[in-house]
Amino acid sequence: MNDKNQNDRITLAHGHGGLASHKLIRDAFLKFFSSPELDPLDDAAILEIPSDRVALSTDTFVVQPIFFPGGDIGKLAIAGTVNDVAVMGAVPKFISVGFVIEEGFLISDLIKIIESMASECKRAGVRIVTGDTKVVPKGALDGIFINTTGVGILRDDIKLSGSNAKLGQSVILTGPAGDHGAAIVCARNDLGLSGDVTSDCASMNDLISELLDAFGTRITVMRDPTRGGVATTLNEIARSSAVGIEIDETKVPIRNNTLAVCEILGFDPLYLPNEGAVLIFIDSDVADDAVKLIRKHPRGEFGAKIGEVRNDLGGKVVLKTATSGRRIMDMLAGEMLPRIC
Amino acid sequence: MKHIEPYRRPGSLRALARRLHSIPLPDRPINLMEVCGTHTMNVHRHGIRDLFPANVRLISGPGCPVCVTPRRGLDTAIAYARDPNVILATFGDMIRVPGSTSSLQDERAKGSDIRILYSQLDAVEIARQNPDKIVVLVGIGFETTLPGNAMSVLKAKESGVGNFKLLSLGKIIPPAMELLANDPELNIHGFLAAAHVSTIIGLNPYEPIAAKGIPVVVAGFEPADILDGIAMLLQQVSDGRAEVENEYKRVARHDGNPRAREIIGKVFEVADSDWHGFGTIPMSGMKIREEYSEFDAEISYPVEVEPTRLITGCRCGDVLKGLIEPPECGLFGNVCTPSSPQGACMVSSEGTCAAFYKYRRVE
Repeated sequence: MNDKNQNDRITLAHGHGGLASHKLIRDAFLKFFSSPELDPLDDAAILEIPSDRVALSTDTFVVQPIFFPGGDIGKLAIAGTVNDVAVMGAVPKFISVGFVIEEGFLISDLIKIIESMASECKRAGVRIVTGDTKVVPKGALDGIFINTTGVGILRDDIKLSGSNAKLGQSVILTGPAGDHGAAIVCARNDLGLSGDVTSDCASMNDLISELLDAFGTRITVMRDPTRGGVATTLNEIARSSAVGIEIDETKVPIRNNTLAVCEILGFDPLYLPNEGAVLIFIDSDVADDAVKLIRKHPRGEFGAKIGEVRNDLGGKVVLKTATSGRRIMDMLAGEMLPRIC
Repeated sequence: MKHIEPYRRPGSLRALARRLHSIPLPDRPINLMEVCGTHTMNVHRHGIRDLFPANVRLISGPGCPVCVTPRRGLDTAIAYARDPNVILATFGDMIRVPGSTSSLQDERAKGSDIRILYSQLDAVEIARQNPDKIVVLVGIGFETTLPGNAMSVLKAKESGVGNFKLLSLGKIIPPAMELLANDPELNIHGFLAAAHVSTIIGLNPYEPIAAKGIPVVVAGFEPADILDGIAMLLQQVSDGRAEVENEYKRVARHDGNPRAREIIGKVFEVADSDWHGFGTIPMSGMKIREEYSEFDAEISYPVEVEPTRLITGCRCGDVLKGLIEPPECGLFGNVCTPSSPQGACMVSSEGTCAAFYKYRRVE
């Protein structure tokens, strides 16, 4: 690939397995993703796994726009998969990547995405071990979709699940709610807001690892509040664990910029996704220590205890508001839509 | 956005609530109406009704533009969406509202080209980029939204974008308020008038209501504004006054925004209009003036609309008029939820039913 050819585009030939495919694999994918497992380019990667228990997670990324403040579809794919594996108490190790690319996609944009994936892999300590690329005719999709599958090695001592929330536990959120969603909304629409809204998109496995080292089985649930945001994720946990959860509205960290976007468009930040924050259910006597540890982490500066697990709420998630009273915080019904005025 | 925080500070709100309770009131029920849907949402979101004296009742009014759009208007938008030559441009709130046999969301899933807008001017841009299509903007809205609707027509005219069409469903608020002021069944003792509508129309249009002996206070949307506005209304009731007062002076001026009104008046003329739940309210709607008729969807690109079918049991209309609260409707919370809305009031981000459902309380 010639760097001078900034306008070179993906053609159907790049997906046909012939010369063009091989050139793309050699000059783009192998150049950035090189790993002992990937380099032989055999039909399957051979993985040496020193454990009989692994966590496996798959996810497909279709974000629009592909590049947004704080990240891009590539970084999101790696961080999202790393986080899904890590919140199960596994150490993420290997990732597979499948690209579906629209004919006419700029090769320079593809390279940017690949570079971004490679650097996020490095940051998270994971390797891309196998991959696939398909090209579809123009119009069959919008730009690029990426599917990833992550494999992580489970820690012996840890058993995390959304169904493990226990009465009396504290709920911790490691970063401001809704930052990814707010950034995407702003990037999709030139709202002309002063002040940036940046996605929190990042791998969180290092912080998760530190927390599990420090608190072990005192932590029973971890989830990254992606689609549907903090509110929806808490509802999923309440349902799986058959418990009630009370959240204190005044304790939930939310950036002013995110709040501003939400005020203008009529969104609720608690329903906007995060891509670099974790919800943690932990025994309440060590919750403050956990928050201290989280706040020392570069992406945990706004970490806070936001609520507790209760048995008197009829299995509902309840928000204690700043003004008075408590109200039910439901799952999101349908898509969140901008309001008229 | 730091400026919002002071208006939500729990301490200030408690102080305002104490003021509410210190106003000497007659020993009878006092019915106040918050006209605007954004007030309704914030009243529920912040639990403001809990702070009122026991004999003060806050009734939700008709100020949700999506909710008062008659089903026939929605069916017209759906008919346009079904036309393969049309790109339908709309605010997000309208997408899930049920029409007679379908919704825009369902039509989009079936393949209609429906675009969600943040600004009406984007619709003109979409028309410019798609000269072989007709772009129909679903022009609902009150005075806050009307300047944007008017600007889109002016912009289309100025840049010669003839394939842009406006489906004019816009309405103005004061005639509906006057109608409600006259309703003996409602027996309203004060109106909390809409914040942003008033930034456009100013205070004068409310004078006829005050002249009927009903106080009107224009109030902002933040919890402190709402409590302050309610206190001002109760003070008037206590004093036996009926005046038009302005709590939202930091934004709404006495004369409103003459420039915005000029733009509205250039494109639209006032005409009778159908309101969901009310029927026809004389001189309450916005009709595109004849000189801009090439941009009037219904005149320059008419479409056949299916017969209107109303939903049995849905009491949206009574909710909009403040005659009942949503839980009094038999469908509320069981048949009708945000996931399966039967009426617009359960869908819109300003709908009264949506507010009651979303912010339902835990006792």
